[in-house]
Amino acid sequence: MTVMSVDEVVGELRDGMTVGIGGWGSRRKPMALVRAICRAGLRDLTLVSYGGPDVGLLVAAGCVRRVVTGFVSLDSIPLEPHFARARQHGEIALLEYDEGMLYWGLLAAANRLPFLPIRAGLGSDVLRVNPHLRTVRSPYADSSDLVAMPAVTLDAALVHLNRADRRGNARYLGPDPYFDDLFCLAARRRFVSCERLVSTAELVNEGPPQGLLLNRMMVDGVVETPHGAHFTSCVPDYGRDESFQREYATADWATFRATYLDGDEDDYQKAVAAREPS
Amino acid sequence: MSQADVCVVACAEAWRGDGAVLASTTGVVPRLGARLAQLTFAPDLLLTDGEATLLHDDEPEGWLPYRAVFGVVAAGTRHVMMGASQLDRFGNQNISCIGDWHRPTRQLLGVRGAPGNTVNHTTSYWVPRHEPRVFVEHVDMVSGIGHDRGAAEIRVVVTNLAVLDFATPDRSMRLRSVHPGVSVAEVQAATGFPLTVPAFVEVTREPTPAELEIIEHLDPDGLR
Repeated sequence: MTVMSVDEVVGELRDGMTVGIGGWGSRRKPMALVRAICRAGLRDLTLVSYGGPDVGLLVAAGCVRRVVTGFVSLDSIPLEPHFARARQHGEIALLEYDEGMLYWGLLAAANRLPFLPIRAGLGSDVLRVNPHLRTVRSPYADSSDLVAMPAVTLDAALVHLNRADRRGNARYLGPDPYFDDLFCLAARRRFVSCERLVSTAELVNEGPPQGLLLNRMMVDGVVETPHGAHFTSCVPDYGRDESFQREYATADWATFRATYLDGDEDDYQKAVAAREPS
Repeated sequence: MSQADVCVVACAEAWRGDGAVLASTTGVVPRLGARLAQLTFAPDLLLTDGEATLLHDDEPEGWLPYRAVFGVVAAGTRHVMMGASQLDRFGNQNISCIGDWHRPTRQLLGVRGAPGNTVNHTTSYWVPRHEPRVFVEHVDMVSGIGHDRGAAEIRVVVTNLAVLDFATPDRSMRLRSVHPGVSVAEVQAATGFPLTVPAFVEVTREPTPAELEIIEHLDPDGLR
């Protein structure tokens, strides 16, 4: 377990890796790490995500070969423009699962199981467009057929939590843990960015014990990135920056990239702070 | 009373008799419907704020993060009202993409939880614009499954024109009621497949004065 910089985390990643990204839609995404991957120009990544602007940014930056997901959405803006455009131009591959199937795939990986049975997907075109998926028959008296959801194993997991200590223990302060613990448990290398690095005592005292979602068994590197989930929500530290999200969704990519992504994370945060409120 | 108020009540009616199940919604009108149902004839319904907090008449009463919602889905104690970009006569729904999935002409949301919802528990649909490009012979990507593919129960489809159900021998779509001022012919013309029409088609019931008062209270800014 080490405290790292954003660039050191990205330095652990390689072209072609399968990278899981925590959060949900446009909520508590490790955006500082995502931005750094865009800058580093990694290629051919497979992204596993309950998708939001993390997927959109990396697709727009040309880092992605394939997306594994049940949806990609900005929540308050239903469709992710970069993801949609790339799909419509045939630029990326998609492994489309029901949301619950993806949960089950991460759970299988976390439990070192090859698959877990689930009803979700039966009868739907998820099985048609994913011909690798198989069903299994229950060996018990019910003899029912179920989808054998394969383990979704990750080379690396990137998640963003509100607080962490230097050992890699971490806490969420918002209402939902999402699936960040499962992303870490399903991954070979696990990296956590956080709003604030605090002492272990402060981490423990900042809320109830069940909010301590990650422990140091589940984490290989931790990085402090204040406002690192921007422009997604990271409540209670901050909500989604809706005005910035609208700019992101409507700006042409070259302009957005030049304005916000050509410098480093400090430059990004300065450019955000300098925006006129709209 | 507006057409939207009729639609809110028609959505609310979907949950009548459901007991203590999770009512999940997408869209303003279904959400108002679920809240109206909870405040009137379906007091046992559970609602969330769209995130992890369970609400009863806007007051928190519990915690239900997404991972717990998937447990509720699998247990079957949920009745969701989803949207539909396409819907066929058996209630197969598409919210994923338009055109060939391999390279869609229009990428939409993705299948989201629709496959798991429809195979596990009761599902209804809200279609704010009843038109032939929504009500199609075949959907491009079966996200939510219909009765011919093993759906648990597709209960009703509420649109801006009518209420449709599946009370036919093969559980295909049937016109249950037309909203006040809407003709059967209008609904048929807006539906891209032959619709079963009973000999006598009811008119969707209008909100009571008490219901109108609640709807106004729940939506003072008129988002509906």
